Amino acid sequence: MFPELNNFNTTRAEQGKLTLLCDAKTDGSFLVHHFLSFYLKANCKVCFVALVQSFSHYNMVGQKLGVSLTTARERGQLVVLEGLKSAVDIFFRPREEPHPLQFLREANAGDLQPLYAFVRDTLEPVDCGEAAWRCPVLLVDDLSVLLSLGVGPVAVLDFVHYCRATVCREWKGNVVALVHDSGDAEDKESDVLLNGLSHQSHLILRVEGLATGFCKDVHGQLRILWRRPLQPTTPRDRSLTYQYKIQDKSVSFFAKGMSPAVL
Amino acid sequence: VTPSEGVRRGTGRILGMLESLLALGGLVLLRDSVEWEGRSLLKALVKKSALCGEQVHVLGCEVSEEEFREGFDSSINSRLVYHDLFRDPLSWSKPGKALPGGPLEALRALDKRTGSGPATIALDSLSWLLHHLPCPILCQTLHALSRQDSCPGDTLPGEQVRVLGLLHEELHGPGPLGALSSLAQTEVTLSGTMGQASAHILYRRPRQRPTLQTQWFSILPDFSLELQVEPLLESQPPSDLHTPSVDPTTHLTFNLHLSKKEREAKDSLTLPFQFSSEKQQALLRPGLGQATSHIFYEPDAYDDLDQEDPDDDLDV
Repeated sequence: MFPELNNFNTTRAEQGKLTLLCDAKTDGSFLVHHFLSFYLKANCKVCFVALVQSFSHYNMVGQKLGVSLTTARERGQLVVLEGLKSAVDIFFRPREEPHPLQFLREANAGDLQPLYAFVRDTLEPVDCGEAAWRCPVLLVDDLSVLLSLGVGPVAVLDFVHYCRATVCREWKGNVVALVHDSGDAEDKESDVLLNGLSHQSHLILRVEGLATGFCKDVHGQLRILWRRPLQPTTPRDRSLTYQYKIQDKSVSFFAKGMSPAVL
Repeated sequence: VTPSEGVRRGTGRILGMLESLLALGGLVLLRDSVEWEGRSLLKALVKKSALCGEQVHVLGCEVSEEEFREGFDSSINSRLVYHDLFRDPLSWSKPGKALPGGPLEALRALDKRTGSGPATIALDSLSWLLHHLPCPILCQTLHALSRQDSCPGDTLPGEQVRVLGLLHEELHGPGPLGALSSLAQTEVTLSGTMGQASAHILYRRPRQRPTLQTQWFSILPDFSLELQVEPLLESQPPSDLHTPSVDPTTHLTFNLHLSKKEREAKDSLTLPFQFSSEKQQALLRPGLGQATSHIFYEPDAYDDLDQEDPDDDLDV
């Protein structure tokens, strides 16, 4: 995990929250690695729906951040749905067996109920004698890929709704999902998905590239927006903006215009 | 109604805005966005209705019952009936926790429940319903729900049914938005500036012209509404009289000033492309001292050395 990101109180021991990670014109996957290692270190049970990269990629980055995904998986703390591998498997299995990515086999990609069933079965709290993990966590990388695979935005919103109702509300766990903002005015589906998710989220971490283009010392800008607070507060207090630079094993954050390279 | 009139009227009776929103009856559309959320205004209206002694039915699709009831005290919560479409709206759970019949039946059932007495129905949210029901069916059901069909003379003022609908503007195209807007008696669009929320309210009173009003407001933690004054737009930056102005020409690594001799030399210099009378004379009468320029031309093998002027045959 990146210690500096924790200082923003984004990852306090809050439970029952949906955190939305959003990136625009840049790559926000470093936030996914942050939350993955953070929750593993916090001894939570994690269900990771990894649709974009292979398991070994996340493992490699995780090792730089001090967690071993292989160990966590062997212990039963981490369950990974490797999208790239399963997507091929699904065509070589008997049709009757339910599969989380069942929608890939159907002509009209319907809903994501099988995927939700997978998440629910993975994270359902079981009381057996073993050491209980802390709150369950669902991490999705990423939701925009589902749009590319033919799932409609309303179906993805329904999936996140059910995850929120079960994981956040019922089991007091957390859900963290990454979505891309294409910035394309023509892409209505992506807009509906992003806005619909924003309305559902408690916390939005939005990563943007700099408006002026690529810079060696400042990789982008991070906006933290708190939504759905327990009590209505003025919007003034609800949003913070920082700039960041990604290094090999960490990310450094600083206030706008205060990059060490510039001062 | 100009904004200032609205505020003057509002400061006289603090709850004027909520009352006027509820007074008209029919469908009250609350249009919000990601930046300016509308659920707190919806809850403020629900609280106001409950305090007037009405029963409030809430069809909750987006938030759980606990979250919606949060911030209300027990007197309001006792008048609030929450129809839960949040936990299992699409019947995905094995032991079915869903309301029977799905979203459409749940919506239609509200009509039957509010048979007697004034009632308020809150739909949280219309966006969710619009995503899961066909737009025409939703509009017909809403129309029936808000009792638009009956003539104004038939229904007693006490039997008015009010439908409050929360709608997230960015999620829908102009077609559904327009359809819902045309059904609404009152339309509130939430926006704001500089941290202050505002509501643009369009009233469609029967047999009158629509009126538009803008109110600046904030919602307090107990979901009562407080009107605010319109924030002044400050275009000039705050002047800092106490910081001394810094002279930027000090501590430079290069020379910004000229000495007297340097200045004289600079002034007496003729620029190469400046056309003075001396230069003109020199060009017109090339002196003996100046070398005439020669052009040395080595023709290529395929060059055409025709001395004739190619433009001779032009009849100009």
